[in-house]
Amino acid sequence: MKTPSNPPPPTDDAPGIPGFRTWRGVYLFVLAVFIVGVIALTLFTRTYA
Amino acid sequence: MNLLDWLVLLSAVVGVAAYGTWRTRHTDNLNTYLKGNSTTKWGTIGLSVMATQASTITYLSLPGQATENGIAFIQNYFGLPLALIVVCAVFLPIYRKLGVYTAYEYLGQRFDRKTRLLGAGIFVFQRGLQAGITIYAPAIILSTVLGWRLDLTIVCTGLLAIVYTVTGGSAAVNLTQKWQMGVIFGGMLTAFVILLTKLPPDALPIAGALGKLQAVDYNPDLKVRYTVWSGVLGGFFLSLSYFGTDQSQVQRYIGGARLREGRLGLMFNALLKIPMQFFIVILGALLFVFYQFQPQAPVVYNQTQWQRQLSGPEAASFRALEEKYATLHTAQQEKIRVWATAQNATDPAVTAEARRDMLEAQNAANAVRKEARTALQAADPTTQKTKDSDFVFIHFILTQLPHGIIGLLLAVMFASALSSKAGELNALGTTSTIDLWRTFRPLAAHDEARNVRAAKAFTAFWGLFAIAFALFVSFAENLIEALNIVASIFYPALLGVFVVAFFLKHVKGTAVFWAAVAAQTVVIAIFLLGKVDPTREIGYLWLNPIGCFTCVIFAVLLQAALPLKTARAG
Repeated sequence: MKTPSNPPPPTDDAPGIPGFRTWRGVYLFVLAVFIVGVIALTLFTRTYA
Repeated sequence: MNLLDWLVLLSAVVGVAAYGTWRTRHTDNLNTYLKGNSTTKWGTIGLSVMATQASTITYLSLPGQATENGIAFIQNYFGLPLALIVVCAVFLPIYRKLGVYTAYEYLGQRFDRKTRLLGAGIFVFQRGLQAGITIYAPAIILSTVLGWRLDLTIVCTGLLAIVYTVTGGSAAVNLTQKWQMGVIFGGMLTAFVILLTKLPPDALPIAGALGKLQAVDYNPDLKVRYTVWSGVLGGFFLSLSYFGTDQSQVQRYIGGARLREGRLGLMFNALLKIPMQFFIVILGALLFVFYQFQPQAPVVYNQTQWQRQLSGPEAASFRALEEKYATLHTAQQEKIRVWATAQNATDPAVTAEARRDMLEAQNAANAVRKEARTALQAADPTTQKTKDSDFVFIHFILTQLPHGIIGLLLAVMFASALSSKAGELNALGTTSTIDLWRTFRPLAAHDEARNVRAAKAFTAFWGLFAIAFALFVSFAENLIEALNIVASIFYPALLGVFVVAFFLKHVKGTAVFWAAVAAQTVVIAIFLLGKVDPTREIGYLWLNPIGCFTCVIFAVLLQAALPLKTARAG
């Protein structure tokens, strides 16, 4: 019979942010926000400039 | 300024500095003095990184630049989030793993002593001079409009930064920067909200029609200074060198309780920096609209100097310029109103004609403003040291905001000067101690108390040097521009050295050292070529990737050639 194992203790490198298990996920999120930001600024320019 | 303004200003600026000094007065541990408190969390690190980068120029001059030239400058920050991801993923873990105090200490471990000294030397040279400018630039503007003595403003600001930075080192810098950023955010948001209440409902379309809201430009021409391409690529290399290799930034994030705190602090900046800068440039564009609807908009914003001329020997010619501008300004207001009404018309030809008329009126008014600035500079050469656009925001603050809020906004300007200055002094003191003093006095490395004393002495030295340099700058013409150029041409080769260190393990110290010297020569040659022949001039952001790639390529080639030379010699 398999005993239920406790989850491993968080390592120093874990982001510790809900929804993100790895730093790669955090970096991809930041990259996605940046791309959305540039698109938003492009639309802003097209609307007003 | 009245008593309430003084109370707000002094409690926000001197109060935070005194609090930082008192809380960190017993800092005698070298690690805490150089890296900050070991329990520092990501929020403090993130605010500290932001506070070190954003000096008074950001809050005082950037709105003015947007008023004058529009918001395209925002593209300069496009490379920043990408660079911070690389710093988080590559630079920071290595700095933490090796437990270094400075970025250049890592170069010593990876390469050799001469490469470490080259890195530390470049940093100390350009950052030491920049520290003087950090105090001088806001002091010249604030002393002009407030009627304070320039030398006293420089000395008081400089001494205040020295006191708490020398006392508590990184711990004091991190602590005070957190509170100073609170003052800055609070003040800027208050000014923005008050400005919004004073604007017409169609402020954004007006700013856009008058050419102030072009945030992005996809033009591939290398000569256009601010484009998406120069911002992403050039801005990426500029940010990578600044955040990854400049000790004033490295020192902010290598401390902290865990690697996670530094990473989250940097990601906080990666997410917030562009929105924050957008907020500042939009403030500038909206200030432009605000002044379009002022019945008596100033012909120049440096009103202190202008009013002096109105009571001087050439008063008649200055008054004539003022009247000429007032007439054109009234005509321009009318054209803007016609255009705003024509917006609702169904005939596009009518709208286009109204817009053309509005732009013509704007050009005519701008021509008189230019004439007035030239006349002011001719009559008073001291005004050549500042740009008139630097006075736009401070003019708004002093003439449109209520008492108390004026004090808060002035506190914003001094808090930002102190926070960036403290970060610089802290880094200069650390690099001087760890990379220069210790290198030549290796036996002192194990005496912690002596190291702390040395770091305090070097921090005080650089603070006094910055004050002396700022006082000297006030006598020198165009020195600020020259120093900004020096900074932009020295970073790329240094970044190249770090890129080789991190990614090209087979390249050794001698190859990278001479590659950095060669890359530096290439960057200077390209820069000088552009000055001699303006048709060959390229946007300065492009120097960053060019210098970095040149250093990397030379390092690889030299590393391949050096063993051959050694073999032949053997």
